[in-house]
Amino acid sequence: MACSTHILKSSYYDSVVLMRVASQLKKQDEVAEVAMFMGTEGNHALLAQVGLTTEKSREAGPQDLIIIVIADSDECAGRTTQEAIRMLSERAPGQNAELDYRPRMLDTALKFLPDASLAALSIPGEFAVREATACLDKGLNVFLFSDNVGIEAEITLKNKAREKNLLCMGPDCGTAYINGVGLGFANVIKSGRIGCIAASGTGLQAVVCELERLREGVSHAIGVGGRDLSREVNGTMTRYALELLEQDPVTEVIVLLSKPPHADVVAALESICSAMSTPVVTCFQGARLPGSTFVQAATLDEAAAMAACLANGSDYQPRSFADPNRVFDLLERMGDTAAGKRVVGLFTGGTLAKEAQLLLVKELGSVATSLDEEIAHIVVDLGDDQYTIGRPHPMIAPETRTEKLVELAQNGNLASCGVVLVDLVLGNGSHLDPAAELIESIDTLRTKHGLYPEIIAVIVGTEMDPQDTEGQIIALERAGITVFRSNSEAARYVAMLVAPACRTHYMKERA
Amino acid sequence: MKTEQSPLQKPVRVINIGLERFAEDLRSADIPVIQMDWRPPAGGDPRLIALLDRLAEEA
Repeated sequence: MACSTHILKSSYYDSVVLMRVASQLKKQDEVAEVAMFMGTEGNHALLAQVGLTTEKSREAGPQDLIIIVIADSDECAGRTTQEAIRMLSERAPGQNAELDYRPRMLDTALKFLPDASLAALSIPGEFAVREATACLDKGLNVFLFSDNVGIEAEITLKNKAREKNLLCMGPDCGTAYINGVGLGFANVIKSGRIGCIAASGTGLQAVVCELERLREGVSHAIGVGGRDLSREVNGTMTRYALELLEQDPVTEVIVLLSKPPHADVVAALESICSAMSTPVVTCFQGARLPGSTFVQAATLDEAAAMAACLANGSDYQPRSFADPNRVFDLLERMGDTAAGKRVVGLFTGGTLAKEAQLLLVKELGSVATSLDEEIAHIVVDLGDDQYTIGRPHPMIAPETRTEKLVELAQNGNLASCGVVLVDLVLGNGSHLDPAAELIESIDTLRTKHGLYPEIIAVIVGTEMDPQDTEGQIIALERAGITVFRSNSEAARYVAMLVAPACRTHYMKERA
Repeated sequence: MKTEQSPLQKPVRVINIGLERFAEDLRSADIPVIQMDWRPPAGGDPRLIALLDRLAEEA
């Protein structure tokens, strides 16, 4: 193996861009590893941790880019390095000329956009607090996509925002909609009368997509970050968001999504919501609270359906499947071929993974949430920190999932697998053709490893998303993949494939 | 809280600090957006950054 290290002096690149380029270059058979990092202290430690530090890489400072390539030959390593430099120097296709002027200082940016209302920050967490503080001080609402922000800093930022009647959405906020404008990973939806407050990006995406399918739209969707309903953060932004949506003339129903809140926070939320005229539908994954202050949904699609019913004044009818006849036909065709076998769920959306895991546990008993656990069934969030160290998030780069699938196959971990369950989260910000990547990985399983598990995919997307949702579904189905639009339906179907005993329960609704 | 202070009432106009793709998505939806050329302050040196912040506070 040949190893090449190249330092690009004074060249700052965003880590997501670097990881995407590295990920694409690694696809070449003769390339074993491509590492591209800015020479920050943290990145030097990371390189050392994964054994990639070289004498030359140590010379790089925080403003310098390190490119390390390990390949079959010096020639290939050199060529790949040059290709990396070329890819980084290319401007993104379709980039608007108006974007060409890029101020370095916030004050200058505000001179060009004096009526700016919001700052969207997606820079490394170690610098994000400083910049977010500056933005709040300038009277800007903050959409803080960055993660790796400490909880103390989060509390300080949110308290500052609250004092100034500003929103601090995040840290680790993946998606939001303000006045119909999507921020971050946002599906293209119509505006409407449902307001959302979400401590989960992909959970919010699933809800807004379901609302779109139910012909409802969203007034605002305020992201609050995953820790807002913890005891420490005390629901600071959720409480403010409830106040704002209660006063919003367009919002008729509110959907609140979060992991189960801390008991102290629940009490505060109940106190606020009981005094509100706008009904609040909650989805606190895996938790059902006593009392009737909230309309409580067990799943994301149920939260959307309940909100739609409240908005249009109809009764909510619980159901396991929107089209039970289709599911019955699928089960007839499948028979018991996957019965008793393992489920392997590889998700890009954390909340979707959690929801699937909770539904499967009910029918299958134990379901592991980490690839390291030795339990038969596993449902893993590949966007979790443990799988994304130095890697792009799989919603941006679904090849991460391909690599994991192939790795599992090579290690013999898919031998007794009957069903692979995956999600494809579409919308702005996400990969433009995740179906193609999934199909390629399934082909590899079939042709190189002789593995033919049933593949079940849930697509979270709308017809207006840039990926061509219908085209994605057609491509997947042509490749023999069964597609659901609802995450809970996909999980229930998987449960019925491997545990046929639960079919009676779920299929009783079939007329 | 007065209604006119609500952050939800203002038209969305964005200063994007970080991933350019987010700015491009906003631009394609006709939302006014300025992309900043953000780089780590003080060469990313935490001690220098702390010093800069202290100087700014004192000023």
